[in-house]
Order: sequence, then C-alpha cells, then structure tokens
Amino acid sequence: MRTSFWRRWRLPLLLLGAFPLTVLLPRMGVINPYIDLVLKYVGINIILTISLNLVNGYMGEFSVGHAGFMAIGAYVASLLTVWVIPNAAGAWLFPVSLLAGGAVAGVAGLGIAFPSFRTRGDYLAIVTLAFNMIIKSVLENLDVIGGPRGFMGMDKLTTLWWVYVWVIIAVFLARNYVFSAFGRGVLSIREDETASGLVGVNTRQVKVMTFVFSAFLAGIAGGLFAHELQFINPRSFTILKSTDMLVMVYLGGIGSLGGSILGATVFTVVLEGLRTVLQGLGISQEWRLVVAPLLLILLMIYRPQGIMGLREFRFLTPRREPGESPGTRDLSRPGEVGP
Amino acid sequence: MSLLSIHDLTHWFGGLRAVSEFNLELQPGELVALIGPNGAGKTTVFNLITGVYRPTSGAIIFQGVSLLGMPTHAIIDSGVARTFQSIRLFRELSVLDNVRIGQYAETGYSVIEAMLQLPRSRAREAAMTRRALELLAIFGLADLADTISKNLPYGQQRRLEIARALATGPRLLLLDEPAAGMNPAEIGQLMQLILGLRREFQLTILLIEHQMRVVMGIAERIQVLDFGQTIAEGTPSEIQNDPRVIEAYLGEEAVA
Amino acid sequence: MQFYVQQALNALQVGSVYALIALGYTMVYGILTMINFAHGDIFMVSTYFAFFFSTALLATAEGLHPVIVFVATLLTAMLGTALLAVVIERLAYKPLRNAPRISAVITALGVGLFLENFMVAFKPVGPAPRFLPALIPAVNFNVAGVFVSTIQIVIIVVSALVMVLLDAIVRRTMVGMAMRAISWDKFTVPLMGVPVDRIISATFALGASIAAVGGTLYGMAYTIDPYMGIRIGWWAFISAVVGGIGNIRGAMLGGFILGFVEIFTPVFLPSTYRDFVAFSLLLVLLIFRPTGILGRPAAQKA
Repeated sequence: MRTSFWRRWRLPLLLLGAFPLTVLLPRMGVINPYIDLVLKYVGINIILTISLNLVNGYMGEFSVGHAGFMAIGAYVASLLTVWVIPNAAGAWLFPVSLLAGGAVAGVAGLGIAFPSFRTRGDYLAIVTLAFNMIIKSVLENLDVIGGPRGFMGMDKLTTLWWVYVWVIIAVFLARNYVFSAFGRGVLSIREDETASGLVGVNTRQVKVMTFVFSAFLAGIAGGLFAHELQFINPRSFTILKSTDMLVMVYLGGIGSLGGSILGATVFTVVLEGLRTVLQGLGISQEWRLVVAPLLLILLMIYRPQGIMGLREFRFLTPRREPGESPGTRDLSRPGEVGP
Repeated sequence: MSLLSIHDLTHWFGGLRAVSEFNLELQPGELVALIGPNGAGKTTVFNLITGVYRPTSGAIIFQGVSLLGMPTHAIIDSGVARTFQSIRLFRELSVLDNVRIGQYAETGYSVIEAMLQLPRSRAREAAMTRRALELLAIFGLADLADTISKNLPYGQQRRLEIARALATGPRLLLLDEPAAGMNPAEIGQLMQLILGLRREFQLTILLIEHQMRVVMGIAERIQVLDFGQTIAEGTPSEIQNDPRVIEAYLGEEAVA
Repeated sequence: MQFYVQQALNALQVGSVYALIALGYTMVYGILTMINFAHGDIFMVSTYFAFFFSTALLATAEGLHPVIVFVATLLTAMLGTALLAVVIERLAYKPLRNAPRISAVITALGVGLFLENFMVAFKPVGPAPRFLPALIPAVNFNVAGVFVSTIQIVIIVVSALVMVLLDAIVRRTMVGMAMRAISWDKFTVPLMGVPVDRIISATFALGASIAAVGGTLYGMAYTIDPYMGIRIGWWAFISAVVGGIGNIRGAMLGGFILGFVEIFTPVFLPSTYRDFVAFSLLLVLLIFRPTGILGRPAAQKA
C-alpha cells in the first residue's frame, strides 16, 4: 500500500464525521430553519450545477433547457410519494422516489442526446430550449397531475442530511465519471469532436451516457426540490430556472466539479444575502431577479472561465500511483532503434 | 491478401472531382508514400479511408472487410489510425490524457464500474496508464506526461499526435505530412522514428509528405496524385526520373 | 365558410406581428450568425415605449387626429427601441464578437432576462398587464358575415408596407448591400472599406425598429406585460427558423405560418396545446431541415 491509510481515507472520514452534524444541528436549533433552508438549496443547486456542467462544461455542448429534466424528476418523485407510496413508508422510501424521478429524467435525456448527434452549437441550444418548453407545455396540459395549477401534497421529506447525502453521491459519481476513460471521451468531444472519433472514441455512446447521467442528476435535484417546497407547478421549471443553472455553471467554472460546488454556493448565498440587503435598504425584492442575468452578462464579458477556470480541486483529482515508471527507450534517437 | 485494397475510389464534392479512380494495394509491412501538389486529393483519400466522407464510388477493403459505411470510430477500432495535416491534439488536455483517449476502445470496464470505482475499473485504469506511459517513453515524452499539450513545442506536439495514433493499436498507420514545419535535424529523427515504429509495432504505413528527403529516404513505393488522379507509381528512383511527375510537381519541392 | 375566413383574417393579423419580429431575428443572424435571444424582450420594451408615449401624448394634447397620434407613437417607439438595441449591441455583444459562440448566446439570454425582470421591478411598469390607450378608433365592419375591425386592417396593411420597405432597403440601398455582403463574408468586407461596426449597429437598429412597429400594432389589439416577450419572442423566433433563418422572405413566410398555427390549433385541439404544437414544429424542423423552408442548404462540414 503506497499511499498511507490516513491519506486515502481522510476525505471519506471527514464527510462521515460531518454527517451527524447535518442531522443534529437543525434538530437542536443550532441551525435555524432559515439557514437550514438555504443550506438545502445550496445542496440542490450543487447537484443541478454539476448536472449541467457535465454537458456544457465538460462536453462543450449547449443545453439551456435543463430545467425540463428537473421538472420530470420533480413530478415523477412527487407522484410516487403522494399517489403510490403509503404515507407511513414515505420517508423510508424517499430515495426510491428520487431514484425513480432521476431514472425517468435520464430516459428523457435521450431526447436530447439523439438530436445532438447531428446538431451542435446554437441549434442544439434551441433544441434543448424547445424540449424544455414542450415538457412544460405537456405538464400544463395534464390536468390529472394538476395542470397549470400545479401538484401538491408531498411531505417535507427533504432534510438537510438527505441533501448532504445526495450531494456526496452526486459528486462521487460525477468525479469518477469524469476521470474515467468515458470522462476523457467527454473532454475529447469538447476539444475536437471529429478528431475524437478519429482516435477511436465512440462519440455517440459518450454523448448518450453524458446526457442521460446529467439528466438523471437534474431529476434527483428536482425530486429534492419538490419535497422541500411541497408544491410544484410547471412555471417553476422554465427558461428562468435554466438560466439560474447556467449562471452557476459559468460562475464556478466550466469543466470543474469544484467550480460547480463553488458556483452553486456563491450564487445561492449571494441571492439570499441580497434579500436581506435589499430589505435593509428598503428596495423591493423584485430587484433580486435582475441580479442573476446581470451577473451572467458581466461574467461572459469579463471572466468567462468563472472562478475555477478549467482547474480542479486537488482532493477531487485522482493521484497517479508512482511506480508506473516508463522505460527509457526513445525510438527517435539513432541507435535506439530495434530490440 | 493485401492489408488494404482500394479500387477505383472516386469522390465528388458537389461539382468538383477530388479523387478519381484511385487504386492502391498495400501489403503488410509496406511503407508507401502518397505525394502530389497541394489540393491533389491526398488528404481526401485519408478522409475517405477513415470514414470522414463516404466515397461517391469505389471500394475500400481493409483486412478483408469493406470500410464503406462504417462509423469512423469502428474503422479506427478495426486497426486504422491517422495523424492530421494540421495538428489536432486535444489542446487543453495533458499529454498523458491525449494518449489515453486513444485507448478508448480497449477500456475494458463499464460506466457503472467506473462510477462506483469497482476493482476492475481501477485495475484497467492502472494498466492503461502504464501502457500509455510506456508508449510516451518511446517518443521521449514520458517526463512531460502531465504537461498540457497546447504548451508543448511544435515538434513534440507532432510526435504526441503519432503517439496518440499508436495508442489505438493499429495495423495500418496513415501519416499526413508528419514532417511539416520541422527543421532538418528533426526530420532526420522523424525518419528514424517512423522506421523504428514500423519495426516495433509491425505497422504498415501510408505516408503523405511534401518533404522529398523523407519520401525518398524511407518510402519503398510512391504514388503520385495530381487533380485527384494517379499520374505515376513506382519506386523512388523511378518517380524521381518520371517526366510527368517532374512536370506536375517536383519542381516545387523542398529538398533539404 | 365564414368562420374560416374570419379565422384566416385573425391568423393574418397575428402572423403579421410575428413576421415583423421574426425579421429582427433573421437580420441579426444573417449578419452575425448570432441568435439574439433578447429580441423578444426588445419587442416587449417597444410596447412600453408605445404605451408611455401615447398615454402622455393623449393626456397633454387633446383632440389630435388619430393618424397623427398613431404615427407619432409609432415613430417614437421605433426610435426608442432602435436606440436600446444599439446600446445593447455595443455594450453586451460587441465585446464578445470573437469569443466562442456559447458566450454570445448566453449573454443574449442574460440580456433578455435582465430586460424582463427590470421591467417587473421598475415601479412605473410593474408586472400587471396594461392596455394601450386607443390610438385609432376601433370600428367593426361586417363584410358578408365576416367581422373586420379598423385595427385589424391597420395591422395587416402597415405590416405589409413595412415588409415591402425592408425588402427594398435590403435589395436596393448601399446599406442593405453591405448587410448582405457581411452576411456572406465577414472578413473580406472590412477590407473593402465598409464600416462593419456601423453596419452591424444599423442592422440591430433596423431589426429593432421593425419589431417596434410590431410592438405598437400589437399593443393596439392586446394587453402588454413584461413577460410577454418570452412567449411572443419564442413564437417569432420559431417563425424565423421555420422560414429559414437568415432569409428575410423566409421570416415573413414563417410568421404567417405561425399565425395560422396559433389561430387554427384551438380549432382542432384544446387551446393549451398551442405551445406544444409550435415547439414540436420547431423541433421537427431543426432535426430534419434546420435551414428552414426557404433557407440556403448548409455548407459541407468536414
């Protein structure tokens, strides 16, 4: 064992240690309900940002309609807990609802994966937006799930510790994906899609994987969102929501999970902080909604790479085991040729 | 059986005939050069072989299998690799990652295994990394494994591209102007490298090149293209003295 | 029969507005290959220009002839919106002309959202829907069982005039020629002495002022609110894509097609399906014929 036990298990132990805090602190009132809510939103936004970053940041594609996947996850999870799962079991089977929501959202991800084979750039952006609008429109037309009035009745199953767990799961899965051969395939598509195919990457396969995984994560976030708010309607999942996600991705930095975590955190906290600031200054709350788009524009013009750029936190990057020592044969040197 | 068989390959771009009844038989282990003035259709032939375009007509048979209609990545997986006229590395990625991407086809583990860090994925990753580093060592790039590829000097970028192509485990290597932009010393090393690679990896090599020193120095056979048509074929000395070739092309070559 | 003629007239009315807005999308795309996602919201702002000006005008000067009121409002809205578009272009889009495409598109989305939320937060405007004061008297005629209103006639006629005028500008003037040249080859044109920046600004201004015509006409017949830009902007955008983005005649054709979709969908399906039909149409087109009905076929990609 080359790396010491402590170095290898340091992070997981830390995360495990923090877990009881996420259960106890809210219960004991150390964290008041408002902070509890904000932290939950930070977590949900982290998952959303990672989801979108996979497609826009790592793969260099162009989805501006991810709120649609969130919507699917939200509705499917909510329908399950309200209609199918008996109330008593609701809290225990919460992960099942969430996973179901994520799964259906993942399947919907195929709906964008296939067009992405032939379209790129602006056109794909429009496809994703149209997709978002269609989902919203379909949800509005299904009176059985509430139509435009929305759907309600969910218990407040989203606790801080559940959000904590799901964020860790999301980061874990995404990080392993990104640093695997498939993740490298994703990056190669961003860098040069044609060359990628010409070095043997099955770009269609990679695109499908990435869109489905990304949609799955957005669906999970949607389910968590629904069981926090206890009420969802199609209007929560329009281009405005998608734009929030875009801001967080570009704020934190494309192609960086650490960036996603930072971007989501900063964005959520700043917007919440603005609430208090505006209140103190006597300015109406509606001005908060002007901040996100303004931030986006300034970001795009002055710092498009966001906080982290393309860099990643050390603790998320896999280390190479020393001892994979290369040979010293250089065939280009005369005299080195041949066995 | 020939390794690569191309019959009457013809390709039109709209009203322009880029390649006209191109024929080529490559035996395993050969090193053949494709030369001709700019725009003669040489890179187009490479693009047709690797499936970037579907030929208007003609046949391309590799190891007994027709490549027509196969998706590009499948063609590469079947044993054909190429480099590009203008370097097309994955610029923001490290040297090591560029090579590891070439190994995509032999990943050997599934997405789920990767996401859950199951043992097989970790073992395969370590093995792939080891092999990638060994490959880089042959090109003298192992120490630069973590350098971002866009920061490499030009000559090393070219070599990295060849390394990446080799990572796909090919039988046939298509090199598109590998000596472009190199100085005479680098060209000498390149020629040694190509010959060494052929021996080391049992490759068959088809080479597009403008540098006559390289072509005359290492090619066993040469085929000359002009306006999409083959105007001459033969050994280096035959080509050097062919009046048609001299007229079409050799007047403007850069001989070191 | 009368029912269909009536609906066709309605479709023509709605389609005219879509066509006018679609022109703005298509012109900017033609010249910069950029989709100005903020255009729908620029249209929305134009309706408010019309609203404030006409309200102020009618309050201060009594008894003006309706034509004067209408034309004055129209021109003011056109001017104001054109200025707004040029400011946006200079501040937000110009810095990104050489940046990757994603940046420009996202910025455009940001600008659009900024305009919407600004109008909601800005006290004199606010989220509540408004009516424009009557610019011209609304009189209904009954022509063989079909109801035609003066407003309808004005919308259709003025739109048609504007489109003809635009077509003439683009085909017959130097500015128009420069616009078309830039859309074909952005790099050589400056070498010919064409002031590219000014032409680009002119394009934005022109597209915006035409949208303002649409805005004033729209305001005469419907209510306005800060979020209308999303719905109408998207429908106009679909029109542009359907007709062939980058193609002016395509934008007009697309506008009328969408007008028909809007009016005739409720005849066969519940009216809530309108968005679904329109966006499905968009999706299908983008997948199978991305260049639209009249668009040039896409160039070969290596």
